Amino acid sequence: MRITCPLCGPRDRREFYYYGSDDYLNRVTVEDGIDALDNFLFLRDNPAGVTRDLWYHETGCAQWLRVTRNTVTHEVLGAELVADIKKGAAK
Amino acid sequence: MRYSGLKVITEGLFGNKGWKPAWRDPAPKPEYDVVIIGGGGHGLSTAYYLAKNHGITNVAVLEKGYLGSGNIGRNTTIVRANYYMPGNSEFYSHSLKLWEGLESELNYNVMHSQRGQLILAHSDGQRDTLARRGNAMINQGDDAELWTRDQVRDFAPYLDFEQTRFPIYGGLMHHRGGTARHDAVAWGYARGADRRGVDLIQNCEVTGIDVVDGKVTGVQTSRGAIRAKKVAIIVAGRSSQVAAMAGMRLPIESHILQAYVTEGLKPVIDSVISFGMGHFYISQSDKGGLVFGGDLDFYASYAARGNLPMFEHVMEAGMTLMPMIGRAKILRTWGGIMDMTPDGSPIIDKTGVEGLYLDAGWNYGGFKAVPASGWCMAHLMATDQPHEVAKRFRLDRFRSGHVMDEEGTGSQHNLH
Repeated sequence: MRITCPLCGPRDRREFYYYGSDDYLNRVTVEDGIDALDNFLFLRDNPAGVTRDLWYHETGCAQWLRVTRNTVTHEVLGAELVADIKKGAAK
Repeated sequence: MRYSGLKVITEGLFGNKGWKPAWRDPAPKPEYDVVIIGGGGHGLSTAYYLAKNHGITNVAVLEKGYLGSGNIGRNTTIVRANYYMPGNSEFYSHSLKLWEGLESELNYNVMHSQRGQLILAHSDGQRDTLARRGNAMINQGDDAELWTRDQVRDFAPYLDFEQTRFPIYGGLMHHRGGTARHDAVAWGYARGADRRGVDLIQNCEVTGIDVVDGKVTGVQTSRGAIRAKKVAIIVAGRSSQVAAMAGMRLPIESHILQAYVTEGLKPVIDSVISFGMGHFYISQSDKGGLVFGGDLDFYASYAARGNLPMFEHVMEAGMTLMPMIGRAKILRTWGGIMDMTPDGSPIIDKTGVEGLYLDAGWNYGGFKAVPASGWCMAHLMATDQPHEVAKRFRLDRFRSGHVMDEEGTGSQHNLH
């Protein structure tokens, strides 16, 4: 499996560390309540098909990526920088 | 008696024409008291104990493929009771006791072989941890023996004792641990359930779960609608999809675990050996193949096949531990879909929907749990009370903070 990093280009899967679903991007606080925390930390859609999850380009550019890929075929459909997603959300 | 030595001889004399199929192939009835989704090890044992322990025989097991076509037929077959945490410890202890009586219970040779399981320690700290684990096992009433380096060496002289990177400090021997023939476990439970009146329905995929006013009323399947008073979801790696049919979101992420089998070799490894410094565990099947496995591929996947980096990693761990296996050729590999929970422990519980039950989250330790999982799930479904040894396997334990993180690796699904 190869992931195309927006900064480094197509790279071997071994350069990346897998963290988990992109639910982790929706960080919650204590004020959001226990259900929000449960959703953030534990509960997952766990789709059989297209999913978005977070990978860290550990031995490359050290950027966090949100990768879109297919969990059934292992096809990688795209990757974007989490930093860009955060910037877009901040605007 | 349906099977006996005499029967084997007489059938042999007359061309083996008198054998009947081991179980029926019924068409689904319109209604059952209990419908079990999933004809794997856990589903079949649940059906068996519902009938045997609780007299509930109007039961259907719905399997989308053929019986035992999932992880029950693709695993490293290790059976052990060496858990540490309260909640896990008593459950796996109960399971091992059921294993020890399983063959006479089912009148089926599941080839349960208590050849011992040895976990190795490669540092002082690790040896202390094993001593602690061993004490927990002994307190639970199971067996454990802390071995010195010399004892390990007498037992398994082929391990690499000379290397300096991961020196062997000793190990924890669990004599009652061992292996079993995985398919036979599914077949034994299937036959036992069938004889007690359970309908085993194959090639029947569940496509929907009917819920009316918060109560389950039946399921939609590829072979028509089936009404049911109670429904159990026991589908391992596919738990999230089936639970979603009832509007549930589970604390599960599905991952691939690979396992490997070599060509048949003469007897060389007569126990189960686990490397302490890399996830690697190995045994030898009765056919002679070395059966071994390692970690998950680490990313969520339903591909039912693994990727090469983990393949390479497992081979390296094996070579580090026992260089003698380097010339064995890998015959086949496979990847099973594991239902990983955020604490590495399973779920046997009711759900938010009345009459709908969940048995899931077995991570990659489901095989040894097959007897006790069925036992406790059947108890839960029959009495609506959790069984004493499975009462901590709650679906809401993450939300409530009662996690059971055996390995202490945190809430990331893939780290258990």
